[in-house]
Amino acid sequence: MFIDLGIIVGKIAFVLVNILNGAGILTWVERKQSALISDRIGANRASILGIKLLGLVNSLADALKLIFKEDFVPPRGVRVLHFLAPVFAMAPVFFTMAIIPFGPPIELWGREVKLQILDLDIGMLYILAFGSMAVYGTMLAGWASNSKYALLGGMRASAQMISYEIILGLSLIGPILVFGTLEPGRMVFAQNNYLWGWLPQWGVIMQPVAFLLFLPAAMAETKRAPFDLPEGESEIIGFATEYSGMRWGMFFLGEFAEIVVLAGVMTTVFFGGYHIPFLFDATEKLGQAGFHFPWGAYFPLGEWTVVILRMVAFGVKLSVLMWLQMQIRWTFPRFRYDQLMRVSWREMMPIALLNIAVTGLLVLWLAK
Amino acid sequence: MTYYPELLRGMWVTSRHFFQNFNRFVGRALGMKVKRPLVTFQYPEERRPIAPRWRGRHRLMLRPDGAPRCVACMMCETACPDKCIYITAGEALDGRVEKYPVAFEIDLLRCCFCGLCVEACPEDAIRMDSGYIDLGGYSRAEFYMDRDFMLKDSALTTHAQYRGELDGVVVTRVDLLAQAKQH
Ligand code: SF4
Ligand code: SF4
Repeated sequence: MFIDLGIIVGKIAFVLVNILNGAGILTWVERKQSALISDRIGANRASILGIKLLGLVNSLADALKLIFKEDFVPPRGVRVLHFLAPVFAMAPVFFTMAIIPFGPPIELWGREVKLQILDLDIGMLYILAFGSMAVYGTMLAGWASNSKYALLGGMRASAQMISYEIILGLSLIGPILVFGTLEPGRMVFAQNNYLWGWLPQWGVIMQPVAFLLFLPAAMAETKRAPFDLPEGESEIIGFATEYSGMRWGMFFLGEFAEIVVLAGVMTTVFFGGYHIPFLFDATEKLGQAGFHFPWGAYFPLGEWTVVILRMVAFGVKLSVLMWLQMQIRWTFPRFRYDQLMRVSWREMMPIALLNIAVTGLLVLWLAK
Repeated sequence: MTYYPELLRGMWVTSRHFFQNFNRFVGRALGMKVKRPLVTFQYPEERRPIAPRWRGRHRLMLRPDGAPRCVACMMCETACPDKCIYITAGEALDGRVEKYPVAFEIDLLRCCFCGLCVEACPEDAIRMDSGYIDLGGYSRAEFYMDRDFMLKDSALTTHAQYRGELDGVVVTRVDLLAQAKQH
């Protein structure tokens, strides 16, 4: 009983700490990565006793600044909602991470422990449900600010997020059909199969179109460039205009956490989760853990080595996908609002529907 | 439809920059001899070498005996397209020249640094220093240069005295001129 509780608390703590750290470090990564792209050095001025840690101290300074900045609520703004909006923007992100498996099931003290906080049968629906909850954050922020511009910004943000939420849902249907499950854990498990015995059955190989739809839709959900119309920092009056201090910071920390979480979802659905091609554990290849290559080569590894390698693989995939999102953010120009809507409804939507139809037919045909 | 290939091309460009600089930074951190990462100058520690033909703040020249060369002929004031030179002429008492500038002021905030005043001067009394890039100030008054400033204080920096630092190596104007000649 206590051990079970301890395991759950431990898992939650592990994931929370990782997301929060990830989001914090991403603020630094963003500055450094954008600097490297545009041939600059990036954050390098703040220091504690001369120690700069490659500019990491800048992030600390930023955090301190945000905490001690005046926390302004506009007169006649709705105080409570103004207070809650950043929470609504940030909390759903953390809930989503709960069902991402970050490692294979392991045996601890005679129990099977899944390295996943919540093992839900309807996992994918859960992701979509909490993904759309984030709309409340922007909408309430706009409403509670008692500013017409912020309200319009909130409306614009909500319209964008709902448009892309649909694409997000539709693009996930393809993988769901192919893998025949809504449960992230089983989905990951299914991706350790091989087409013709050698091609890993990863989501991105089975459903490339779905991935190409999911990535931009997911980036639109994070409200970052090229989809940063809700909050164009200096040029656009957006939903967060009337926010200052740490509650402004929460919106942006939420955005960064969202990057981590979306990378997690993409890893799970499209990149085989924690799997490394041809690395099997004892249950999968007749009790022999290690690399089994299709041409017959076999490289034995300990059971725990496999577990650790798989968790590392998950981390690496996560990092690469986060890097990709950052790189896209610093490369593409922002859409105009009508282009944003056109891309979603008139370009991505038909492709998504077509993808579902084709996938469905193929699945039916192959099942016969 | 042409949009999507261009997006990929853009990704290629930014990724190339990213990895190039990343590798160079990491290489440097590990002490390997790699090219300098393409980065901006870390002003004010590093200063960008100034092109030899750069013309900056004005300076008034002196005669060998220390008197100002300017004879207050108003040529520069007339030539100035921005009308930002204000000269008050006074009668010179030493008999060598007729007039001298009692006051000579330039409002740098209006100046467009065209150099026409330098061209117009028959006495070679006004020049533009090439050493300055930091024309900054905290108030408008700091951009209003008077005669004595242009005669004395601004003359401190000469071509040869300009030193910039680039990647830890001191670059002087002399080097730059030599480099420019090679091209
Ligand atoms: S540089 Fe041109 S604008 Fe400036 S003072 Fe001389 S003539 Fe006038
Ligand atoms: S600086 Fe030259 S052009 Fe101007 S008033 Fe003096 S002598 Fe004449």
